[in-house]
Amino acid sequence: MTALALKSYIAVVSTRFRTLLQYRIAAIAGIVTQVFWGLMKLMVFSAFYEVAQNQPPLSFESIVAYVWLGQCLFALFPYNVDPDMRAMFNSGSVAYDMLRPLSLYAYWFSRTLAFRTAPTVLRLVPGLFFAFVVLRLVGLDEWVMPLPPSFVAAFSFFISILLTVALSASIMMLVSISMFWLIDSRGMVNLMAGVVWVLGGMIIPLPLFPDWVQPFLSWQPFRGLCDIPFRIYSGDIAGFEIVGELVFQLAWVAILVLAGVWLMRRAQVKLTVQGG
Amino acid sequence: MKAAISLFMKYLAISVRGQMQYRGSFVLYAFGQFFTTGIEVLGIWALFDRFGNLGVWTLAHVAVFYGSVNMAFAVADTFSRGFDSFGSAMVKTGDFDRILLRPRSTVFQIAGQDFPLHRIGRFLQGALVFVYGIVVLDLDWTAIQFCLLLLAFIGMFFFFYGLMIFQATLSFWSTESLEVMNVFVYGGVEACQYPLSIYRDWFRSFFTYVIPLGCVAYFPIVGVLGVDDPLGSGRIFQMLAPLAGIAFFSLSLFCWNFGVRHYTSTGS
Repeated sequence: MTALALKSYIAVVSTRFRTLLQYRIAAIAGIVTQVFWGLMKLMVFSAFYEVAQNQPPLSFESIVAYVWLGQCLFALFPYNVDPDMRAMFNSGSVAYDMLRPLSLYAYWFSRTLAFRTAPTVLRLVPGLFFAFVVLRLVGLDEWVMPLPPSFVAAFSFFISILLTVALSASIMMLVSISMFWLIDSRGMVNLMAGVVWVLGGMIIPLPLFPDWVQPFLSWQPFRGLCDIPFRIYSGDIAGFEIVGELVFQLAWVAILVLAGVWLMRRAQVKLTVQGG
Repeated sequence: MKAAISLFMKYLAISVRGQMQYRGSFVLYAFGQFFTTGIEVLGIWALFDRFGNLGVWTLAHVAVFYGSVNMAFAVADTFSRGFDSFGSAMVKTGDFDRILLRPRSTVFQIAGQDFPLHRIGRFLQGALVFVYGIVVLDLDWTAIQFCLLLLAFIGMFFFFYGLMIFQATLSFWSTESLEVMNVFVYGGVEACQYPLSIYRDWFRSFFTYVIPLGCVAYFPIVGVLGVDDPLGSGRIFQMLAPLAGIAFFSLSLFCWNFGVRHYTSTGS
């Protein structure tokens, strides 16, 4: 990739980013909703933890970190499609994008990165402020977000989240590419959202699922969205295990990107663009 | 009255016929709703599988709470779609002026705007979970329990409908930030999928006294299940609590009418 091409992808990310940051009111409403949901989830978990007979696979402190990270970062996960992108397929203006002197995959990948990260940035700071500070001030100490147990955990969490973003964008790209074939992609996106929510570990942390499903849960790519980074944060994945999990995330990113590039090439060969 | 009912049926028929023009799309949507709104069940099941019963509550009990609130919400949501989209579809565009000119009440006309049938997806998943709970519990049904169940459904329907009217009323003043209402609507549904007694006091009080969702979705269902309420409600209270849903609905109508009088058109 030449320096010039790279510069244009960076420009794509930053323009999209600034456009998306315009929706501030939506972001505030989003924060209120997320805080409410987080508190509700914690109440449900604490009700179950109070009656637990055996030692659960995650401590309650890990659950608290897990829930707040999920509430702050959920916009990173591939659960919806950029509406502008969808409009492009419906109007036929996708043809213009194909004419640009850029790799179409890399161009859309950059767009998707911006679409996933911009809303998260808006939510992250107030969300963390609530989880770290406000909860302590109002005296709900048991629900205050804990800090990572070590510097290694914090640093690896950061790396892991970057891989989460890449993984999320590569999953999203497969959905976007499917729009070359499907005129109405909404059914596909709904299905996707359901799968991501459960297999990523957003509904409940994956280790809480029954032991007999664990072998299946441990190899699927969606684990790289919440399960891996969040449990690295809480120190449940520690030591040498961290390296293995990061490689796992990276490997899935590589596989999904390759699959996306291949599918996109196939799609472009026999494409009929709508509109006139 | 008869004329009003027949007109309402006409509204309904037009909306249904319109949606049936795209049958494939409808089926796909309904399936999507079934799937996305039903996914939470997996989490509830897994938590019970790992932790066992929540005090007096078993998985089957929670299934009845979960199923009933989802069914009632799906029905109310289908019939109140006009209010849900009111701000963007009527106020922003100025189309509400046309409604005001017609010789029928505003509530009647907005209610008849649209009936999104794909919400049946949520209804069906709720119904499945509900039936699972009822079958496992194998209750001895008495007339009183049956009445309580009916009252719960009526109460929930009116409660959710009232909430939608409140949301629509707000858009007379503000066209933005209505998403905050989602906390009450979807947050409320989510909260009542579990029995209210598992939550903290402040949260429970909020959903009993401020937003009376607990009165319609918790207390009468406790009576249906025949469980001794950990919150200590008695039979009489369980019978009367669903009335809060109707009171809430009436209050929302009152606010709506106030909003309509306040309305100044955006049109040009």
